[in-house]
Amino acid sequence: MQTLKIVVTGPFNSGKTEFIQSISEIDVVSTDRKITRESERIKSQTTVAMDFGRITVDEELILYLFGTPGQKRFDFMWEILSEGMLGFVVLVDSTRPETFREARRILDTFRSYSPVPYIVGANKQDLDDAWPPEDLRIVLRVESSVKVVPCVATDKESVKKVLLELLYSIIELMDEE
Amino acid sequence: MALKGNLEDFGITQLLNLINLARKTGSLYLEGGPKDAYLCFREGKLIYAAMAGMDDSLLAILQRAGVFTAEQVRMIIANMPNKSDQDIASVLVTGKRLQHQAVAKNIRDYVLELVYQVFSWNEGTFRFEPSKLPIQGKITTSIALENVIMEGSRRLKEWERLQDELPDLDVSLKFAERPTTPLRDINLSVEEWRVISFINPRNTVRQIAQFNNMNEVQIRKIIYSLIQAGLVEVIRPPRPAGQAPAAPVGQPATGRPGAVAPEMRPPAVKRNVIQKLMSKIREL
Repeated sequence: MQTLKIVVTGPFNSGKTEFIQSISEIDVVSTDRKITRESERIKSQTTVAMDFGRITVDEELILYLFGTPGQKRFDFMWEILSEGMLGFVVLVDSTRPETFREARRILDTFRSYSPVPYIVGANKQDLDDAWPPEDLRIVLRVESSVKVVPCVATDKESVKKVLLELLYSIIELMDEE
Repeated sequence: MALKGNLEDFGITQLLNLINLARKTGSLYLEGGPKDAYLCFREGKLIYAAMAGMDDSLLAILQRAGVFTAEQVRMIIANMPNKSDQDIASVLVTGKRLQHQAVAKNIRDYVLELVYQVFSWNEGTFRFEPSKLPIQGKITTSIALENVIMEGSRRLKEWERLQDELPDLDVSLKFAERPTTPLRDINLSVEEWRVISFINPRNTVRQIAQFNNMNEVQIRKIIYSLIQAGLVEVIRPPRPAGQAPAAPVGQPATGRPGAVAPEMRPPAVKRNVIQKLMSKIREL
């Protein structure tokens, strides 16, 4: 039995839990807590440890999706979660420019953990205020070799596209080797 | 899609950088801050600016610059009532009362003065309206944003802001692989050159500051402006395990450039495993 892991990270309230829920074959194991901090009262619950989803390919192969806690005070979890990952997705709430700097910090941190491929999901593209992915590429200073993909985390097809783009990136890197 | 947000969270420097790199055309409206203002851009170049409480008519600009006295301005207005700035400039240049270059220089100086004022704002809202250019009858200029960003960044006095952008001085820097700024358009100060000469993935920002006898504020200001201009990028210091110690500052570093910021590598997984996974996801 081979298990693979993809980490879904991003700032607080960027849509990580919804992303995993949209694609996981099991109910996402999520350790949510009621929000108590005033600055984080954008939603009523938040992930304090991690989200955990699963996609079974066959009897020999399972993909696990791990969502990182979005709040800064739990970032000690990130390195643990990143161990052995196949790649990672950085989800960004495209409607909240105040989170872009944090997204950049998270991206840099995960890159330093492991040199695996990654992709940026420009989430909430269904909302009027969403910044276009190409503008996000500039403000997040994402290299041209890294994909910035429009995304709606509540839409399964959209989530599938993000994951497939990440896997395409892995295949492309294998081709280059 | 309109770009809008809060200056507290997304600063002027970042906005100008975005407009420059995306070569945007349109107007950036700043509201609810110290004053209301707007900046106009054509294909990523700053062409005009106006601010509430600052008369942006050509004659007012020329009077503030000392080209005309108040009395001269009154006479010109009396002779040319209700004329646009373009019409007034045309008459003054044709009548040899003013050179074309003087008009261009003073408009440019006015726009720059205004944009540098705006640079320090960190409260209020912004919205960028694509293709909207409220410049009818106005004389525009065309200013590359790279140097505006550099100079504006130099003027930023807010220590907290700088600290926020570069919280850790134990990071290293490398030159951007694909600089977003045309290098020939860049003007660096002596201090910036001193810092630039020590940029290497194996030298931390703190080491560079020590070697150049700079305090934290000075080094942060310089690094911040270089980052915002897209010349350098911050990279993480090497992780302790399996990494050679950083070369002393001032000595040429011989380590491989990729040793600190690891190049992306494919995971140790067989290709057919990835392909199976892709097939499964497509089926879902």
